[in-house]
Amino acid sequence: MKSLFFVIGCVLIAACSGTTETANGSAEKTAAGEEIDGMSIYQLTSSWQTQDGNEMTWKDLEGEVLVAVMIYTSCKAACPRLVADMKNLEEKVGKTPVPVRYILVSIDPETDTPERLKEFAGLNHMDGGQWLFLRSTEDNTREFANVMAVKYARISPLDFSHSNIISVFDRKGAMVHQMEGLAVNNEQTVEAILTASR
Amino acid sequence: MQTPVFIFFSALLLGMTQGTVKNGMSRVEGGRYVPMYGAGKNEMVTVASFEMDRLPVTNADFMAFVKQFPRWKKSAAPRLFADAGYLKNWTEDLSFPPSLSEAPVTNVSWFAAKAYCECQDKRLPTTHEWEFAAMAGYQHRDERRDSLFSARILAAYETPKTYLKPVGQSRPNYWGLYNLNELVWEWTSDFGSVMMSGENRNADARDLFCGAGSLNATDLMNYAAFMRYAFRSSIQARFTINNLGFRCAR
Repeated sequence: MKSLFFVIGCVLIAACSGTTETANGSAEKTAAGEEIDGMSIYQLTSSWQTQDGNEMTWKDLEGEVLVAVMIYTSCKAACPRLVADMKNLEEKVGKTPVPVRYILVSIDPETDTPERLKEFAGLNHMDGGQWLFLRSTEDNTREFANVMAVKYARISPLDFSHSNIISVFDRKGAMVHQMEGLAVNNEQTVEAILTASR
Repeated sequence: MQTPVFIFFSALLLGMTQGTVKNGMSRVEGGRYVPMYGAGKNEMVTVASFEMDRLPVTNADFMAFVKQFPRWKKSAAPRLFADAGYLKNWTEDLSFPPSLSEAPVTNVSWFAAKAYCECQDKRLPTTHEWEFAAMAGYQHRDERRDSLFSARILAAYETPKTYLKPVGQSRPNYWGLYNLNELVWEWTSDFGSVMMSGENRNADARDLFCGAGSLNATDLMNYAAFMRYAFRSSIQARFTINNLGFRCAR
């Protein structure tokens, strides 16, 4: 855990000093040399840990369509339904020309260690490569939630109150769609994912 | 005997804070308090000691930041991190009407405010810290039950266009902090933990406004706080608003 914070601290510092580079007007670029879209989440420099314990940043997912939701594994109320919503989307979308990655970001990084996320994935039959579980520091989690316009608060040692929003990002990282609520009609969301992954 | 001595020292302390430079930070001694929202009903919250900017960040301050970090220029800030109204009262990337120089910077997003604080090795205060610091009146750490204190805050909330006024022109509070409740609303690091809608399962504030019975001091105190929490719950991190600024903590 300590090393994760260390790595993230460095990234933070780099993010702050790194902005001086754009002083000369050189906008940030993607790996392919394209300018990063102003709405792209690749602009987040935070580092994340996967269910397999690997470190990654959002930019590492360039070229994939992302479907993201925020949950916590000890959740008994809304999250199982959110997880079901994600599985429904995955099933309806099926195979696509551009790979689609389904991401579940923990709002309880303290409890949700990579081991725990891995176990959760297994229990919910979400062990395929299209499923990605992420955790980071509290600070990075709040920042990501703010990008998704997700609000959350710890309301007891074990429980969180949180918004139920699933967001779709295109292959350049720009948010193109949001689905709000539990078990709502997901046709538009499926359509948005299909359009983005064409 | 103790009271006159206390008053004497308070007066001395007050004189000192008012006489010295207003810039810089004040130390806020930690403690326990019951916030209006964000903990269980009547549940105490512990706030550790921290430092807080005495003044809201001004347009002049923010200009210095933008010069150093051009990524946050009006024309350059990524839309993901600030909506189209970002710094809309500035005339250009590096200019604003001179009268705004010492006025609090507003129309800044949470992301911009966070970046500003981090780039000076500071951070945004948490909501609990902000509310803890702002419950202090001129004399005491917690004057929320004083109806004059609450009335003063509500009067300030009712005054239009206070975001155009220079910072530090009024009396500082017990901690030496200026303008917490007078000129603009302020971002907190975890404003996104305030949910006053259907999705909030422990809705503390649910029974606050049933009926318009006579208001006592507690209602007034809750009303001012309720406005702040309701505001926090209604905004998003990209939003830029004319009367929303910030200050940093450490």
